[in-house]
Amino acid sequence: MMCPKPRGVLSEWVFDLLRELPERDAWRPGAAPTADGQEDAAIALWALHELSYGGFEDVDDRAEWEPAVLAVRRDLEDELESRLRERWAAYPSRTTPSPEEVPAALEALVAEDDGPSLADLVRRTADRDQVLELLRQRSVYHLKESDPATWVVPRLPVRAKAALMELQYDEYGDGDPNRLHSHMFARGLTAVGLRPEYGAYVDDALLETLEMNNAVSLLGLHRRLRGAAMGHLAAFEMTSSLPSRKMVQGLERLELGGAMAAYYDEHVEADAIHEQLALRDICGTLAEDEPDQSEDILFGAFTALDQECRFATRMLEVWDVAS
Amino acid sequence: MTPPPREPEERIEHPDLVVVPDGPLLVRGAASIQDAEGRVHEVVRPVVALCRCDKSSRLPWCDGTHKVIPR
Ligand code: FES
Repeated sequence: MMCPKPRGVLSEWVFDLLRELPERDAWRPGAAPTADGQEDAAIALWALHELSYGGFEDVDDRAEWEPAVLAVRRDLEDELESRLRERWAAYPSRTTPSPEEVPAALEALVAEDDGPSLADLVRRTADRDQVLELLRQRSVYHLKESDPATWVVPRLPVRAKAALMELQYDEYGDGDPNRLHSHMFARGLTAVGLRPEYGAYVDDALLETLEMNNAVSLLGLHRRLRGAAMGHLAAFEMTSSLPSRKMVQGLERLELGGAMAAYYDEHVEADAIHEQLALRDICGTLAEDEPDQSEDILFGAFTALDQECRFATRMLEVWDVAS
Repeated sequence: MTPPPREPEERIEHPDLVVVPDGPLLVRGAASIQDAEGRVHEVVRPVVALCRCDKSSRLPWCDGTHKVIPR
């Protein structure tokens, strides 16, 4: 993958810097320009995080740990994290559970979630173009599905670590590359006539798609945020099996079944298991073993739900459907 | 700040069968499961969730439907 298209002065500045490294490695680039807006900042941060996943063909791999690059990344991450925390602080039913109450509090948070359901529309009324647009947006994350949570493994206490591995093993296909979830999604993209390469649709990614990806990378990359990363994982898994079933029905209705339906079909069954592991064995034991993580677990879960709600609301605008 | 390490425990409980309250039965380490119709399903995952509410669309597995059943 090549660096994405810049969306303003900041991302242009960042991508120029990335492409010119390491020739400019002794160079002190000075302060980065102020972003032209949220999309400019979001695509810049998305690319900076990408250095820790697959990198770019036109960027030297050493850029990932270049101090000048890390300095920009940190400013953008601080800005994103404070925005996410402000949203959580403003959430009316926000709770601060004791460690034992964490699983129940997560269930309550998910039960209260009343964001629009894109899967419902896919099942009933969305047309082919609308579904393809949704899949293009989803591809930005699904092609690296589960990877951000893997970074958290070495940072967890014994019980949560074993449980996360039990879950991730299944995400990664139980040893069978054909069942690796991100690979199943890539095959699904090909089957519906879309491009399967990693990052193929980043230039089309909506602000909400980018922010959703940046948030999960932020939580996965920082040990400090391990509780939030696991809360995010739990909320994601807890809101997956029923919508995945609707996705299967919708894809079949539109004759887009086959490999793409197989991807969602796998999630119906897998995520009904994963949600139990994530809720009790990962988040529950993490809260017991490291009580100071309890609130962040909820913060992470809220963030996952809130980002999906923002994304769904935006997709409805794109689809021109009133919510 | 890093929390102080926990005392290593002798043996951490890790049951093979776990009943989830108002949810499925988690089964660890099974190779195959026979459903109520007598069909045998091969198990490829380390853990599976068997439906206990009988409302799943893909019995014998849980598909999350139990969450939308009024209790
Ligand atoms: S127990 Fe989950 S669907 Fe029946």
